[in-house]
Amino acid sequence: MSAEQTKSDIRTIRVGALARVEGEGALHLVMDGDQVDDVRLEIYEPPRFYEAFLRGRSFREVPDITARICGICPVAYQMGSCHALEKAMGVFDQVDDSIHLMRDYLYAGEWIESHVLHMFLLHLPDFLGYESAISMAADHADIVQRALRIKKLGNAIVSSIGGRSVHPVGVCVGGFYAPLDPKKATALLPEVKACLDDMCELVLFVARNLEYPDLERDYEFLSLCPDEGYPMNLGRIRSNKGLDVEQEEFLDAIEERHVKHSTALHARIRTRGSYMVGPLARLNLNAEKLHPRAAELLPKVCDALGKKLPWTNSFLSLPARGLETVHALALAADILENYERPARSRIDITPRAGIGGHGTEAPRGLCWHQYRTDDAGMITDARIIPPTSQNQSTIEEDLRLLANRLVDTPDEQAALQCEHLIRNYDPCISCSVHFLDFNRSQKKCRA
Amino acid sequence: MMSTPSTTSAQETNAATAVRPKLAVYKFSSCDGCQLSLLNLEDELLALANAVEIAFFLEARRAVVPPPYDVGLVEGSISTPEEAERIQQVRRDCRTLITIGACATSGGIQALKNWGDTEEFVRYVYAHPEYIDTLDTATPIAAHVFVDFELRGCPVNERQLLELITAHLAGRRPNIPSHSVCIECKRKGYPCVLVSQAEPCLGPVTHAGCGALCPSCSRACYGCFGPMEHPNVESLGSWLNERQARGHRELSHMFRSFNGYLEPFKQASESHERRANQV
Ligand code: SF4
Ligand code: SF4
Repeated sequence: MSAEQTKSDIRTIRVGALARVEGEGALHLVMDGDQVDDVRLEIYEPPRFYEAFLRGRSFREVPDITARICGICPVAYQMGSCHALEKAMGVFDQVDDSIHLMRDYLYAGEWIESHVLHMFLLHLPDFLGYESAISMAADHADIVQRALRIKKLGNAIVSSIGGRSVHPVGVCVGGFYAPLDPKKATALLPEVKACLDDMCELVLFVARNLEYPDLERDYEFLSLCPDEGYPMNLGRIRSNKGLDVEQEEFLDAIEERHVKHSTALHARIRTRGSYMVGPLARLNLNAEKLHPRAAELLPKVCDALGKKLPWTNSFLSLPARGLETVHALALAADILENYERPARSRIDITPRAGIGGHGTEAPRGLCWHQYRTDDAGMITDARIIPPTSQNQSTIEEDLRLLANRLVDTPDEQAALQCEHLIRNYDPCISCSVHFLDFNRSQKKCRA
Repeated sequence: MMSTPSTTSAQETNAATAVRPKLAVYKFSSCDGCQLSLLNLEDELLALANAVEIAFFLEARRAVVPPPYDVGLVEGSISTPEEAERIQQVRRDCRTLITIGACATSGGIQALKNWGDTEEFVRYVYAHPEYIDTLDTATPIAAHVFVDFELRGCPVNERQLLELITAHLAGRRPNIPSHSVCIECKRKGYPCVLVSQAEPCLGPVTHAGCGALCPSCSRACYGCFGPMEHPNVESLGSWLNERQARGHRELSHMFRSFNGYLEPFKQASESHERRANQV
């Protein structure tokens, strides 16, 4: 962090390399007396040009390539690519229920490991006043160890059908290369149940023992809203302010801007403005669809926090992530308990020319993909809208509000509080950097 | 322009063991997956944090202990002018420099842009190309500075990563075999994907380390650990072309993925591309 104090009372607070986030970002805050002049969450993650080099590759290669956009949520990219490409190939309706179910199982594993990593290793140190979980472990070894155990289980779930947890190899367009081995299902189940019980305790611990800064805002929350079940792989896209569109209509509902201080594009809802995706948005819009294990925990968490839903404070993303982790663990337990080896683990696909758009709920929020293919199934156009770029405007607005309260706070303290706020969003900066075809998207509004 | 985070909160909790070797973890153009492999060592993580001083690891901690460092782990490839400069300083700051993963060792998936027109790529994707500062290529770390050891994989295998760090601490050679995925696959007794499933498996030419993960899922290896030592890529390419009727375009793409910019995968992909273009 560096701070400059000049005669005119302008002070600049800059955290040049944000810690405990995935990817490379910086915080830039300029205050003039008691006025907040400028707030920027800068993203300088180098561009990697995925959408550009996907052109000309076979649709079958796409899930493995897009997985490499982010090592923290590769399953989210694989799921977005698979669903969108199954639509492009015209086979989406033929995907077996058992395949959909195993996709939820795989995704549950990623939610668990990603949420627990963020909650306890990256975010909790902010609440408890440590610079890292490594320092925090000296005083709270028990919490860190319990979290590591659950995180490990999340990874084991992904590996059980994906082969490994970072860039799983088991996923293909059309399903899975091989079904889950029933022996593995049986072996994993007791640990899933044990972690589920412990996670319920941990959620109550964070709800009861942490102090949540009070930063209420009137957000527009956006997430998938399936008719049945908590959002993950399927569903219409809805918001609390009236947005209600089919998956394929998402591009018409939003606009993206390329701003100078970011290699990520800021997304906004057309004619309205910024919105929030992620655990808080999903929970506020879909609380009644939580698994019973998470649902029975919810009133206790609300009591402990003294807050009924909807939660309109980004700091409450921590307990929201906790409830979602309980949901994911309970879902995985159910799937394992009732598991039988399916007749087939993937459907056959004949390449064709087509277009398909689909978003799924990455741990950090909606991650939307669209692909166009030629007759041979080669990609001719690709678009990916990841969660962090959708949240970036909202994060900056939150920061502005918070900064207004920090005019009398010393620089180091102020920087810490801003960082804490940024980490509410679990920003995945590696993901947020992607590139769109503005020239060919005539409908796009350009900033 | 880049400043490091504050060191004032650097309360080393294990100040007593001040002589521990200092470990730094760096990120360049990458997905963070290889760094994450370190955090995925759930059972060993806290012990590791005691055995070494984690002196610089932005993804995991805010505190920074100033250089020099005993070991630097580098994730990611060099794809911007800023990175090309930064890696020089990183080399000066680390006694031993180890690259972790395909990005750092071969350029990674983003090296696909090396065969494209970078300017067109920027225009294809950006409203304001003038905001973007990127090099024409994404290149491995060894193309810029001397590297002491390269760990393969996209991502690296976390057991291998642990072995590498442990061996370094013990002052012995790491036990990282350099044979092919095929050998691992045979040892585990998986049915051969190339022969019995007639799938285009790169196992015969790919560096071991994953434990033959893809064959364990009835899938052909796609080479994410990159070429083994002295692979016979030419003969595998011809075999796949003749026996499985794989076209040169497909073969070119197979070699040109996560390690496509590393020889001899690079040469193989270019040679198949030329043949594809002749037809
Ligand atoms: S080698 Fe693969 S897993 Fe590792 S950082 Fe690069 S893209 Fe990610
Ligand atoms: S089998 Fe090949 S592609 Fe699969 S994980 Fe191993 S090295 Fe990577």
